[in-house]
Amino acid sequence: MVGISGYGTQIPRYRIKVEEIAKVWGTDAPAYRRGMNLNEKSVPAPDEDVGTLSVNAAYNALARSGIAPKDIGAVYVGSESHPYAVKPTGTMVAEAIGACPHVHTASLEFACKAGTEGMFIGTQMVQAGRVANVLAIGADTSQGAPGDALEYSAAAGAAAFVISTKNIVAELLDTDCYMTDTPDFWRRPYSHYPAHGGRFTGEPAYFKHVEGATNAMLARAKMKPSDFDYVIFHQPNGKFPVVVAKKLGFKEPQYRHGLLTPVLGNTYSGSSPLGLAATLDEAKPGQLILLVSYGSGAGSDAFIFKTTKRLLEVRDLAPRVRKQLDEHKYYLEYGQYAKNRGKILRAE
Amino acid sequence: MSIPRHWREIPRRYRLEAGKCKKCKVINFPSRLVCPECGGKTFETVKLSGKGKLDTFTIIRVAPEGFGDEVPYAVGIIDLKDGVRLMAQITDCDPTTLKTGDKLVAKFRKVQEDGKNGIIKYGYKFVPDVGV
Repeated sequence: MVGISGYGTQIPRYRIKVEEIAKVWGTDAPAYRRGMNLNEKSVPAPDEDVGTLSVNAAYNALARSGIAPKDIGAVYVGSESHPYAVKPTGTMVAEAIGACPHVHTASLEFACKAGTEGMFIGTQMVQAGRVANVLAIGADTSQGAPGDALEYSAAAGAAAFVISTKNIVAELLDTDCYMTDTPDFWRRPYSHYPAHGGRFTGEPAYFKHVEGATNAMLARAKMKPSDFDYVIFHQPNGKFPVVVAKKLGFKEPQYRHGLLTPVLGNTYSGSSPLGLAATLDEAKPGQLILLVSYGSGAGSDAFIFKTTKRLLEVRDLAPRVRKQLDEHKYYLEYGQYAKNRGKILRAE
Repeated sequence: MSIPRHWREIPRRYRLEAGKCKKCKVINFPSRLVCPECGGKTFETVKLSGKGKLDTFTIIRVAPEGFGDEVPYAVGIIDLKDGVRLMAQITDCDPTTLKTGDKLVAKFRKVQEDGKNGIIKYGYKFVPDVGV
């Protein structure tokens, strides 16, 4: 049996509301709340980046897994905001948790899908018997250009999963994927902010791939939407995952626990993995979970998990997602936010 | 701080590794070659819990180079459960609300950057222990 033996997350303490951003750019905040189902988003502290969020999420995942750091055979960090252009994030995470030196690491990138890439690779490696345990992390301190639509959603957070054959809390039943070359969102070298194709990011990109992966997964597993207790889709805003869920035949009780973007924002590579962690916080043993990520460029990974009794035993060994999301928040004004995010042009 | 020094100090900065004297059992942080308590020269590497209480602190409003963007911030002396006292930056809080005796917990954070093109130095800082 291969699956998740421990999961953990880290969400920054800082938030900014859509009204605060809309006030600066003269846009209509209620339209973002209604149209995109966005209310506020997380903002990293000045001393937080993908490395720190990943390490702190990894500590929480290891606490729940009960697996010793030295037994982690691979560390994969998926992100589009790695701290360095050249220097791996995985070595720093592996060193911080105490997994070095007999460990394989890689920094993965696939827009918002990089987090589930690590989970996909990790589960296959453990299944193949090549390594005993893999730490797979999805983390981002997402970039959104000042005044761009993405600025209302681009947020920060990390989710980490220990993949193993031991101490399973959610068994992996099957995986599938769906990829095409679709230029809906990109960032060129040396560019500070990503660019996107506006409405082109919808039907031919997000919806085509999420629906494609979901339908392929359901066909492969010979299952239907009503077979699942929970479903998590990538959530670039609060609207798309709800639309795709309804279109595919899923109901609100199936997706509500994993839908975080309305109060978290889009944590890019951390988005659907954080939704999975929030769902594991609520699930009972023996329940079925469908996870479908999406990354621009473009592709989706799909996973079917079945929870075990151990989930209840280890759930409270680390903070739950809703606690990190809802408690001890500090709201920022736009100026503080711009400073934290390095959006102010300063003298050299 | 030079790159080699930062690299040498990774075990204690990243993982709070300390040296427990095999003779008198006192935990030294950072680890030493000779135990200041008993003169012992053999140590066992132990990882500190990262949990403790704030003993005393000051609020930095005029920061040294590289820390200016973070003012005001607190630097405190923390009594760890392991019997170790250490000094660290305290983050994720309004420093004016801190009180001695507050429960704190270590987090992995960026400590310093060598400008935009240099290395990023990571290590421990402390935050209020509120379970998030």
